[in-house]
Amino acid sequence: MSWVKSLLTGIVVIALLYILNAMMSRGGFFGAGIDDYTARLLVFIAINVILATSLNLINGFTGQFSIGHAGFMAVGAYSSAFFTVNYGKAIEGSFGFLGDTLASSVVLIIAIIIGAIVAAIAGLIVGIPSLRLKGDYLAIVTLGFAEIIRIVILNIDAVGGATGYQVPGYANFLWIGIFAAITVVVVHNIVKSDSGRALVSIREDELAAEAMGVNTTRYKVSAFVISSAFAGVAGVLFAHYNKFLSTNDFQFIKSFEVIIMIVLGGMGSMTGAIVGAIVVTLLPELLRQLPAVQVGSSTFQFSDLRLVIFALILILTMILRPQGIFGTAEIGNIYRRYRSKLGKTGGLE
Amino acid sequence: MQENGRSILQTDKATIRFGGLVAVNELTLNITKGEIYGLIGPNGAGKTTIFNLLTGVYEPTSGDIRINGTRINGMRPFQISRLGVSRTFQNIRLFPSMTVLENVITACHRHANQNMLDAVFRLPRYFADEAEHRKFAMELLEIFDLAKYKDEGGTSLPYGNQRRLEIVRALATRPNLLLLDEPAAGMNPIEQQDLTGLIKQIRDRFGLTIVLVEHNMRVVMGVCDRLQVIDYGKSIALGLPQDIKNDPKVIEAYLGD
Repeated sequence: MSWVKSLLTGIVVIALLYILNAMMSRGGFFGAGIDDYTARLLVFIAINVILATSLNLINGFTGQFSIGHAGFMAVGAYSSAFFTVNYGKAIEGSFGFLGDTLASSVVLIIAIIIGAIVAAIAGLIVGIPSLRLKGDYLAIVTLGFAEIIRIVILNIDAVGGATGYQVPGYANFLWIGIFAAITVVVVHNIVKSDSGRALVSIREDELAAEAMGVNTTRYKVSAFVISSAFAGVAGVLFAHYNKFLSTNDFQFIKSFEVIIMIVLGGMGSMTGAIVGAIVVTLLPELLRQLPAVQVGSSTFQFSDLRLVIFALILILTMILRPQGIFGTAEIGNIYRRYRSKLGKTGGLE
Repeated sequence: MQENGRSILQTDKATIRFGGLVAVNELTLNITKGEIYGLIGPNGAGKTTIFNLLTGVYEPTSGDIRINGTRINGMRPFQISRLGVSRTFQNIRLFPSMTVLENVITACHRHANQNMLDAVFRLPRYFADEAEHRKFAMELLEIFDLAKYKDEGGTSLPYGNQRRLEIVRALATRPNLLLLDEPAAGMNPIEQQDLTGLIKQIRDRFGLTIVLVEHNMRVVMGVCDRLQVIDYGKSIALGLPQDIKNDPKVIEAYLGD
């Protein structure tokens, strides 16, 4: 039965995440530990997987070019942080009978639900008017909305305004990893269904999709709302891991980073989004390892050139492999094709 | 005029203007259930525009369009599709990155019995629905001899098969009224011959009404029960194929004075 397989996979994934999480804690896991730097990288990879996978639903599968993902992430982060700062302790106390770990998890789950719902509502409000537009126009409008959201938050003193916002650290790698996995599964299950085919048909040929009975407006808005909700979840997790929020974390450049992840990995590929998220998270860290370069009287650090290098990567991708690393293919397809090729040449079977 | 009960599509003085150009001028159609109806006319006569009016891509500037008695002015294309109207396109519009089978299953959307929650949680309804659509799509592909290409890219098929696939996709929405926009375009004489048989076969097998826009006289004469000739957006003749062939006004429209 397929659900038995899914259940077992789920248990294995949670067990792995649990072990990694334990390795990150002070005591380690049976003596084996992960240092704080690596731990932080793993956390940001997981958060970026949520962002890239969810943006892929709208940009990759539905073919609508949105570049405002950081805005919805900010909505999720700040709305949930407002909740945990003001009510977190009280709720944790009333669930105290569950023990500290579980009680804080309850608060985190409530925060995630709040962040997802508020971000989804923001997505709905932005999506309904702007999804009438296509291509560049949609891109500009979503970019504009994301900046508006950021500046509105910057001017709300209740969430710290320009001085930043202290947030309790309810999130740990276990929960962040679990939600990254949930995002991947949910997006995958949507894409491989009737709704997913409707979304892809909009990307492929909107007029033909309508003629085949697809309510294109409804599906575009749904994809946008779901995508925003998951961006909100990423925001919640980021807020409660980082323990500090500043609107600078949600500038245009954050949206752009997510775009790079999916363009690099391949728009319309689940695997591509995940690989893109990993590469884009690790790349600046690899650049940090490179030695400084002396040009004339000034010294350059490669990590300072992060944005230049991102831009170069994007340009090279567009020239050499415009469909991204995976195109619209998935790791599963590639594996099956490889298997069948072996079969034909008399290798297996 | 036929009585309403047997009529599936009626237009009453449907007109569309693009600026100063009257692309379709007071067109009155009355198409009976079960017939194969041909719309012919010289290039630029407004035939495809008529299809776009009938499927909601354009809204008529004035006049009415009714499908099974429902007025469709201002309806979106997907809503008209739900009334049982399906179409193919003059310049084939398959979904390029989908396989042959996916192209057809996508068109089963109208009859899908699953929502996003069923899909996300992979509930039994999702599996039942997917299996049903797959079976239905495969049956259609079998009828059209395309089943063996099911895993190939839709747009990688030869031209004639792409046209057939587009018809299969249109049929997957389970229409009552099928609009074929130049189905014979780009086909060689043998393929055209096949197509003539195929159109009749589709009508009988699925109990459809078919309207086709076509340039190719051989196909039109071979397949249509009635013909309407359009020139400069106006209807200039309506009747049986053999009568139309000898109508002096039609000859003039095609050949000039």
